[in-house]
Amino acid sequence: MNIIFLLIPLSLVLLIAAVWAFFWAIRSGQFDDLDSPAWRILLDDDRRPPDTDKEQ
Amino acid sequence: MDQAICLHCEAPVSIPGEHTVVIDGKQQPICCEACEIAAQTIIDKGLLDFYRFRDDSSATVTNGSMNLKENSTANADSELARWTGYDRPALQKEFVVVNADGTRTAHLLMHGVRCAACSWLIERGIATIDGVESIAVNPVTTRTDIQWEPKRIRLSQILGQIACLGFTPYPHTEDEIERVAADERRKSLKRLIVAGLGMMQVATYAVALYAGAFQGMDPAIEKFLRLISLLVATPIVLYSGAPFFRGAWHDLQIRNPGMDVPVALAIGAAYAASVWNTLIGHGEVYFDSATMFVFLLSIARHLEMVGRHRVLGLSDALARHLPRVATRLVDGEPREVGVMELVCSDLVLVNPGQTFPADGHLEGNDVQVDEALLTGESQPILKSAGDRVVAGAVNQRIAATFRVDRVGAATSLAQINHLMMAAQKEKPPIVQIANRVASRFVTGVLLAAIVVGTIWWIIDADRAFEIVLALLVVTCPCALALATPAALTVATSVLARRGFLIRRPGALEELNRVTDIVFDKTGTLTDRNVMLRRTETFGAIDEEHALQIAAAMESRSEHPIAAAFSAIRVSLDVDQITAVPGEGLEGFVGGRLYRIGTLGFVAGLSAQSAPQLDESAQTARTVCLGDEEAIMARFELAEAARSGAAQTVAALFRSGITPMIASGDRESSVRAFAEQLGIEICHAELKPADKLLLVRKLQDAGQTIAMVGDGINDSPVLAGANISIAMGSGTSLAQHSADCVMMSENLTTLIDAFAIARQTISVVRQNLIWAVCYNIIALPLAATGMLAPWMAALGMSASSLLVTANALRLNHARRVDVVMSESTGLSHPRSSAEPA
Repeated sequence: MNIIFLLIPLSLVLLIAAVWAFFWAIRSGQFDDLDSPAWRILLDDDRRPPDTDKEQ
Repeated sequence: MDQAICLHCEAPVSIPGEHTVVIDGKQQPICCEACEIAAQTIIDKGLLDFYRFRDDSSATVTNGSMNLKENSTANADSELARWTGYDRPALQKEFVVVNADGTRTAHLLMHGVRCAACSWLIERGIATIDGVESIAVNPVTTRTDIQWEPKRIRLSQILGQIACLGFTPYPHTEDEIERVAADERRKSLKRLIVAGLGMMQVATYAVALYAGAFQGMDPAIEKFLRLISLLVATPIVLYSGAPFFRGAWHDLQIRNPGMDVPVALAIGAAYAASVWNTLIGHGEVYFDSATMFVFLLSIARHLEMVGRHRVLGLSDALARHLPRVATRLVDGEPREVGVMELVCSDLVLVNPGQTFPADGHLEGNDVQVDEALLTGESQPILKSAGDRVVAGAVNQRIAATFRVDRVGAATSLAQINHLMMAAQKEKPPIVQIANRVASRFVTGVLLAAIVVGTIWWIIDADRAFEIVLALLVVTCPCALALATPAALTVATSVLARRGFLIRRPGALEELNRVTDIVFDKTGTLTDRNVMLRRTETFGAIDEEHALQIAAAMESRSEHPIAAAFSAIRVSLDVDQITAVPGEGLEGFVGGRLYRIGTLGFVAGLSAQSAPQLDESAQTARTVCLGDEEAIMARFELAEAARSGAAQTVAALFRSGITPMIASGDRESSVRAFAEQLGIEICHAELKPADKLLLVRKLQDAGQTIAMVGDGINDSPVLAGANISIAMGSGTSLAQHSADCVMMSENLTTLIDAFAIARQTISVVRQNLIWAVCYNIIALPLAATGMLAPWMAALGMSASSLLVTANALRLNHARRVDVVMSESTGLSHPRSSAEPA
């Protein structure tokens, strides 16, 4: 059972990594807009506009 | 309407075939030049899905013409040229960020975005432009971030393209309140995540420890697990739990114990005891209970905060954002200045599609403005010289000049925001009561904890701490304290979004008690639109033909009177229509010259004296039609009922509220109008003082009266009624003292308000009953030692969450569905918004 003396601290490292990742996501504004992603999924992206009609 | 409907803006097409676009080889009708540009742009970019996916229940896209000049020279090129001002570095400094890689990001708001399809359209339409790195449009807040490469494209070109799609971009500079709110949101989320992830870890260690307690465990491992729990719990208690300690400290300082006191006490005591027991190596640890308590309470707080921020964002983020630059006319020369530099009596030019930067009076020609930001009403309103225009309104089609008389914080817009903020700070009586009760309750709980603790100390000293802890946690009056404010916050925000502002705290409770509702007639039940009441013909012409000619001529006019004829389908050719302001229109219909307008103006064409008209005609609003030979017809116009008036009256009857009219108008017209709407009780020819007397008399009879008036001349009776609702004109906000202001032009909003008030009160009642029952059951359970601290934490938090979730239900209160049918036989004036 002595292995848990290694494994639990390791899991804590993962925990810290997860918290850091969340903080980074919040800081970079990924949680600021929780409305549009829900809508966006309903609309298809795969229809590409014809290349000939590029503006400018 | 059996008329062709514009593909783009879905307005009826007045001249079929004049504008069309071709889709899959089929011609689609388009109402005007502006919509044609937008539709053509959409087709060219291969974005036709927009028309399939857009949300039909919302108002769809704004009429494209709001962005473009009405005259026929409007085209995509001039549209692009309009935005060059936004290339000025001085202006860009306010809303553009320069990124590390040399690209720039602009923060914008989009006027005209109504649904997900709109944001999709902008994103797809703009992302394909060379030089645009990325674009994201939020369909709810309309906030848009565009990142572009300045060497390849100018911002003005991007903005021009957006305008071509039929939307108006505005620079978005975050103000202080928004920044604080965003900051609070991020911090709360961080705390929640730390608490959530940590709590799960601590809970797994706790399970191991519990199992170890029964099955036996290596003491070294047990000690290790306790130390690890301490390590993980510390940031949760100190970081995620910090707001509770801070709140408790604040409560103690003002000697008014709120719900933070027992929470902080419970968390603090559980943590401190656990740390002590961990260090000395024996005794219980409660890290799991403490962290769970912090996490679940943080969720409740977070939800409550989200509700609060909704209120903040309700005034439509756009409303707080006036343009940054204005065009000042100095000796007729347009000169760009910052809005801050504007002073009273400046003459300012506002181009079509631009927003009025200040309050003032219109000069020069008639214009249409969209005051949706202030009133929630998307139909443009016609304004002529001398009329008031307010900051935040959008000019629609032709350039307007106006004389500034109020700037900055003095504008109506600023005042509305100020009123909203003030109303939110005030605590309604129902909340004050709840807070007082919670405060006494907390004192009671603390006393009970001491008594129970002492008793258990005598019975079983080992368990005393655990039981006191459970008692403190389980009886936390969070649910009690949250029950009322959560529901009121949500209800206020929902109503405000529907154009009904609550100004006096407690108005929601009062709305719920109303038995009778008294309407003023003019300006309340009627609006500025007119409808055709009677047609009278002279000579050989028949009524049908006269109406045809009149409708044909008026179809080219934007005057409000034209609305009266808009229901008639035009089949005649119209040519060379010229408008004579204040008189009428002149032009050719089917090759013959006609005039329509005032009696004198029409008689002037045929140089004939007017036919003898009966007496009543002199008072009613009439319009005459004549040609070069004679006056042919006379149209009698009447005030049209405000949209939704009949439905509102019917709905009021259904919900047991008696509607009545109190008007200063003549008996006959009031009675006719009341019958038309189905109102049985009406009082006519009343002076303001008589109206007040009427209300007093009803109140003496035990009725609760809501008065709906237009605010200024009704102010005495508004003040006398139990609850007063003013029709918000956007201009007199500071003057009227009403409890509620109805910003929406549609009367059915009133029904919404009553329905939501009723739901709110019932939600508050449910919440309070739940909170009280919960505590009555939980307290004895905890005091007798039947609850472990972790059970207490779970129960209490679940109770708070339940209460908050119940309040959030109001967010989805259904809008009262009233079909805008023509059931009352009223013409539906829409053509004032129609492009000619």
